[in-house]
Amino acid sequence: MKVKVRFFASIKEALGRDSEELELPAGVATVAALRAHLRERGGAWAEALAETRRVTAAVNQDMVKPAAAIKAGDEVAFFPPVTGG
Amino acid sequence: MKVRVQQEDFDLTLETDLLRNDPRIGALASFVGVVREVPMTLEHYPGMTERAIAKIVEEARARWQVMDCTVIHRHGALKPGDQIVLVAVASAHRGDAFAACEFIMDYLKTRAPFWKKEETAQGARWVEARASDDAAAERWKQGG
Repeated sequence: MKVKVRFFASIKEALGRDSEELELPAGVATVAALRAHLRERGGAWAEALAETRRVTAAVNQDMVKPAAAIKAGDEVAFFPPVTGG
Repeated sequence: MKVRVQQEDFDLTLETDLLRNDPRIGALASFVGVVREVPMTLEHYPGMTERAIAKIVEEARARWQVMDCTVIHRHGALKPGDQIVLVAVASAHRGDAFAACEFIMDYLKTRAPFWKKEETAQGARWVEARASDDAAAERWKQGG
């Protein structure tokens, strides 16, 4: 299935891109699995999305937990903890 | 209820005047966040930001009597002394207005997708999230 992945703030800078359309392999069906899948690219990806880092995720513009399911056509975003206000 | 995310500055008096049109309103609480010490750029997630703030306002309305409310958050380049955010809540009585205003601000700090990048003398750096902000949002769950 195909999803749109978006990145913001320090993660966007570290990866050098703000979004991409991605065809997911079978078995990648949660936010945590997608994050692990992207980490497998190594380099900046492994670093910016490392398990030890606090990374927040949103699916279709709602913040979700790592176990949240993703489906075809979803917009999944990864970003650092927010610092507005 | 008004939620706006914008680059432009806002006028506190103008915004609160707009919240005083109902004769049942007896209390108007407002908070303005201001840039402290260093220039910064605020990035956000267009679409999700407005949606996240609207959800926080709905939560506040479910808990307190909120007759009207305005939230304005700026993004882009800001310098020390600039206004960043306005939360203004109109209610019949001050207890609801104060509590809802603080609740919205505390939740906004941990749930609305904004990120601050400070331009320090040593170069630009992303502001780290603070545990005290998480704690401030968390205490509302314990009925605090």
